[in-house]
Amino acid sequence: MRAVAAAFYKDLLLGWRGRAQGMAVAVFGATLLLLLSFAVGPNAQMLRQLGGGFLWVALLFSSTLALTESFRLERENRAIEGMLLLGVHPAAIFYGKALANWLQLFVLGLLLLPVMVVLYDPSLDGIGGVIGVLALGTAGLSAPGTLHAGLSSQTRAQQVLLPLLLFPLVVPVLIAAVRATSLLLLGDPMGQARSWALLLLAFDGVFWPLCGLLFGHVIEE
Amino acid sequence: MEIASAPPVSPRAVRGALVALGVGILLLAVGWYQGLFVAPPEHYMGEVQRIMYVHVPTAWNAMLALSFAFLSALAFLWKNDWRWDARLEAAVEMGVLLSFLLCVQGAIWAKPTWGVWWDWDPRLTTTAVMLVAFVGILALRHLVDDPRKRAVWSSVATVISYASVPIVYFSVRWWNSLHQVQSTPQTVDSAMVTPLRINAFGMLFVLIAFVTLRSQIARRRLAAELAPPPAASTALAAGGER
Repeated sequence: MRAVAAAFYKDLLLGWRGRAQGMAVAVFGATLLLLLSFAVGPNAQMLRQLGGGFLWVALLFSSTLALTESFRLERENRAIEGMLLLGVHPAAIFYGKALANWLQLFVLGLLLLPVMVVLYDPSLDGIGGVIGVLALGTAGLSAPGTLHAGLSSQTRAQQVLLPLLLFPLVVPVLIAAVRATSLLLLGDPMGQARSWALLLLAFDGVFWPLCGLLFGHVIEE
Repeated sequence: MEIASAPPVSPRAVRGALVALGVGILLLAVGWYQGLFVAPPEHYMGEVQRIMYVHVPTAWNAMLALSFAFLSALAFLWKNDWRWDARLEAAVEMGVLLSFLLCVQGAIWAKPTWGVWWDWDPRLTTTAVMLVAFVGILALRHLVDDPRKRAVWSSVATVISYASVPIVYFSVRWWNSLHQVQSTPQTVDSAMVTPLRINAFGMLFVLIAFVTLRSQIARRRLAAELAPPPAASTALAAGGER
């Protein structure tokens, strides 16, 4: 448990020290939100309806940048090997890293949310719920994302491989998060957002333990 | 983690695979004849429905191939035996091929029946997602040169991707639905069930044959990759002859 906390703190510290990179990722996400609206045209009604989907697509694309970055330093300095030599359990490294990635993606989502509100003008009644969905959805991206980033960081062509492996895997996260976000922003008379949030929770419940279990195989030498 | 040396190519498995291939082709010939000429056309869809005799066996066998890939991945992580890596490679390739054929056949059937090539129905979407996920694993295998890492990583990726398939299915199902629910032998006329079953077994034999042959090819490649490099002394001794 202390090892998890230490790894988490280490990754947060690295994220904070490299905050210029983090800001660049956030700007990339905001640019995506802007660009996606050109696919639809200046139709305010339609943009309002698609805003939730655009937010998650932008977040998904930016997440690959953030996830790749989280393993770049580890690989360059062979830092993970050092931690393994210290006798840190691979699962502790994984959970520290996945938690730090989750927090970074969640903050990224919080930064993109106001951009989305300004650009697409959704109603703000369900915004508290949207923040909850952001927390659950980014958790669903971060666990498999951390595992696959760790794996693809050691290959050639990692920029292609990470999205190729990760995106099909997180289709349920994307569907559930987009539906829940859209329902919360556009009104949810049937109370369906709750069941989508439960699906996100179930996904997190399956993949956080599973990825932690398998991470040791990925980083062993 | 220690790992056993490369497995030898097994001539018995190759012979068995060739026999299975023969049986499979024979069964498919009978099944296709029955499906095309003996079974009655379906009441509403007419002759188009005959694609079912290929489509449904393809779907079953694609699932079987990918399930076998999943089991091979678990077995490799558990046992560290190269034979399971060879089987994983073969099963993922066959699973991807069959899933691709499944999508193509579905589109051919959907155009005259639903009026569109594609629909965002749970089973179609899940199959497409599954196809992309396992294509990613094939790409991973091509991008890693170290056989040991390739084996472990593709096993990990296979386990994760396979675990997500049911969640993908249910999420897409809640998202939207149009594909008809599964038929059971009780709801389908026996004249239709017989060619369907014959075709399913025919394709299964062909699948087993291809997976076996492909995994033997993978074994041969593994043996070449894992062979120790020629020692410097023998290279020097041999070099004198040049």
